[in-house]
Amino acid sequence: MSLREQLDVRPAEDAHLVLRRATVLDPVAGIDSVHDVVIRSGEIAALASPGEAETDGAEVIETEGLHAFPAFFDPHVHLRTPGHEHKEDVETGTRAAAAGGYCGILAMANTEPPVSTAADVSALREQARAGASVPVGFLATVTKDMRGAELTEMVELCEAGAVGFSDDGLPIIDAGVMRRALQYQHLCGGNIALHEEDPRLSMGGAMHEGPVSAALGIGGIPSVSESTMVARDAALAGYENARIHVQHLSAAESVEIVRAAKAAGVRISAEASPHHLCLTDEEVRSLDPHSAKMNPPLREERDRQALIEGLRDGAIECIATDHAPHQPEEKDVPFEQAAFGVTGLETAFATLHTELVLPGTIDLGLLVERMAGGAEPFDLPRPTLAPGSEANVVLCDLGAEWTVGEDGYESRSANSWCAGRTLTGRVLMTVAAGQVAYRLRSFSLGVAA
Amino acid sequence: MKHLLSIEQLSRAEIESILDRAESFAEVGRRDIKKVPTLRGRTVVSLFYESSTRTSSSFDLAAKRLSADFVSVKAAGSSVEKGESLKDTVATLSAYDPAAIVIRHPYAGAAQMVAGWTEAAVVNAGDGKHEHPSQALLDVYTLRRRLGSLDGVRIWIVGDVLHSRVARSNLIAFAKMGAEVTVCGPPTLIPRGIEELGCDVSYSLDGIEEAEVVYALRMQKERMSESFVPSLREYAACFQIDTRRLNPRQLLMHPGPVNRGVELSGEAIDSPQSLIAEQVAAGLVVRMAILYELLAGGGASTPAAEGEGSQPTPIGTSA
Repeated sequence: MSLREQLDVRPAEDAHLVLRRATVLDPVAGIDSVHDVVIRSGEIAALASPGEAETDGAEVIETEGLHAFPAFFDPHVHLRTPGHEHKEDVETGTRAAAAGGYCGILAMANTEPPVSTAADVSALREQARAGASVPVGFLATVTKDMRGAELTEMVELCEAGAVGFSDDGLPIIDAGVMRRALQYQHLCGGNIALHEEDPRLSMGGAMHEGPVSAALGIGGIPSVSESTMVARDAALAGYENARIHVQHLSAAESVEIVRAAKAAGVRISAEASPHHLCLTDEEVRSLDPHSAKMNPPLREERDRQALIEGLRDGAIECIATDHAPHQPEEKDVPFEQAAFGVTGLETAFATLHTELVLPGTIDLGLLVERMAGGAEPFDLPRPTLAPGSEANVVLCDLGAEWTVGEDGYESRSANSWCAGRTLTGRVLMTVAAGQVAYRLRSFSLGVAA
Repeated sequence: MKHLLSIEQLSRAEIESILDRAESFAEVGRRDIKKVPTLRGRTVVSLFYESSTRTSSSFDLAAKRLSADFVSVKAAGSSVEKGESLKDTVATLSAYDPAAIVIRHPYAGAAQMVAGWTEAAVVNAGDGKHEHPSQALLDVYTLRRRLGSLDGVRIWIVGDVLHSRVARSNLIAFAKMGAEVTVCGPPTLIPRGIEELGCDVSYSLDGIEEAEVVYALRMQKERMSESFVPSLREYAACFQIDTRRLNPRQLLMHPGPVNRGVELSGEAIDSPQSLIAEQVAAGLVVRMAILYELLAGGGASTPAAEGEGSQPTPIGTSA
């Protein structure tokens, strides 16, 4: 089972590399030492003793002092295709993913029109095979055109290759419809990823409800608008013995509900985004829509701490960027009018390394584990460096400092929440599904032996 | 001070300096010729995306009293209706090289964004439910004239605090000037966490007798349909300020326009303790002081020191 077989990617030459003296860290596989990483025919052929691997015609890269991790997997990306290709498309979005160290991503279905038919899925898969730098999976909507009323033809969608289902961008408001989808999952399979929000509690708000929204006079989205829906759907999933994946957790209460549901045996998984792990609603005081407007909103420090605790104890198994490209005219407007969402693929690892690992809040190993944790909830193989596996490798320089946006972006959009920030830790190279998907331009290559 | 974007950005000393200057303009206003040449040859543009009577007319008159050229652009009937973005509109107006842009906009942070797009000084004349700093300054001015100082003065702000930029700016301004502020209204119209701005919260008028000043807010009719309160009748029964609830030593204020019989009773509005007309009069001199501070201030002489003597020089008189 490999990402190349299960997802879609533009075919390229199999990587044939030796990463000489790399510091190899794969906590799930129990690997944490210096090796020559030998990649041959698209597989991790061996983790040899440092300096001792046979080169055998491979490109040899001197990587002493650099780190090799299992490449990352993002289960929550907006490729904006079809309909909003001026923001992102399959090619630019997967280039951004490759530059961020990802070996696979899942694309959301809230496009225009939404991905609701087998033909939509087939057309996207074809685009991915023609132009995707890293393997992509496509989710289909749960309800027809995301109207929240009728289910899509989920069996046919699965047969066409939809990896799972989501109405992301919108919640499924009707509990009865949600329940039917969960019942139907026993027939069609496929995890259901949920944007949890009760719009009757959000009431058109633009930021987290609390002292900062009170001070700014901006309509608040209360934590309970998320947590009550997480609680409802955890209960429904338990009742129907179905599987759900809760997207972009933001509130402490939601983390607690997911944790309790897991303890009670509910089949529930959850993700958190880099911006929710790094920022709080204090950021909104700037009234800058570029860095602080997203849905769910940035919440309070206690919420951020709860998300971090969720990463530690496994209540949250993966980090997902919710990469949401927008063009400048949708962000160069007053805060309340601006579009929700920020990009994140190219900066996720560096922001979390800078904000959480370097200050000692979490271990590097935990970050690496959670960055690759987004595949398993969708029945995809977790990227690993264990010999014999498909080569999904990211090479990082943990000491490299860089300023976000100074060299532009691979993404078509520039609405990064951390634009202009100086980060520590940079992706130098990504191998995805056995193919070299990315090399940093300034990263000098070693001499072929 | 380059822009006036919020009360939050001002120190007590800056507030006092604007109010002192407003006092000297009040002096000018009592003369036959009420105009001074301070801003002659300079342009003030007002850009209003929401309807306004008091604020727009007083900025208009303030600019003219200072001899500035004044251009008023309203969203209705302008290129805004044709879909032009705020950024492009500001770029267009900036091409006239205005000294100041006075902006009112239905969304928070609009004035601040405009300040990033133009060389002109920007005055926030109301941004969404965020701030309305010139209103707060004129209210502090009105109270200071009446009471001398706001130190230790107890002020209750009553009504729809949730949707009110006046409530936010005034609460911050009153607190900066040393007053003790309580916000009061139905729990559905008091924003969660407002007490962190340094005020007390009350969900009923019980205890309002302690206040020296009662500041009532406009209750908008559309709040009923959104279920913030069940009816105007019940709102008035619980929160209307009338002459029975107002004791004779309390001062009454309101930013206008008033819904008679809703937040205030007719007698209360017309009672001698009402400062509503004084607030409107203060609006003119305070807005003159704001424009002066931004365009001619920053270490420049006070209007009273201009010309030969200690008084501002009226236009048309030989100095």
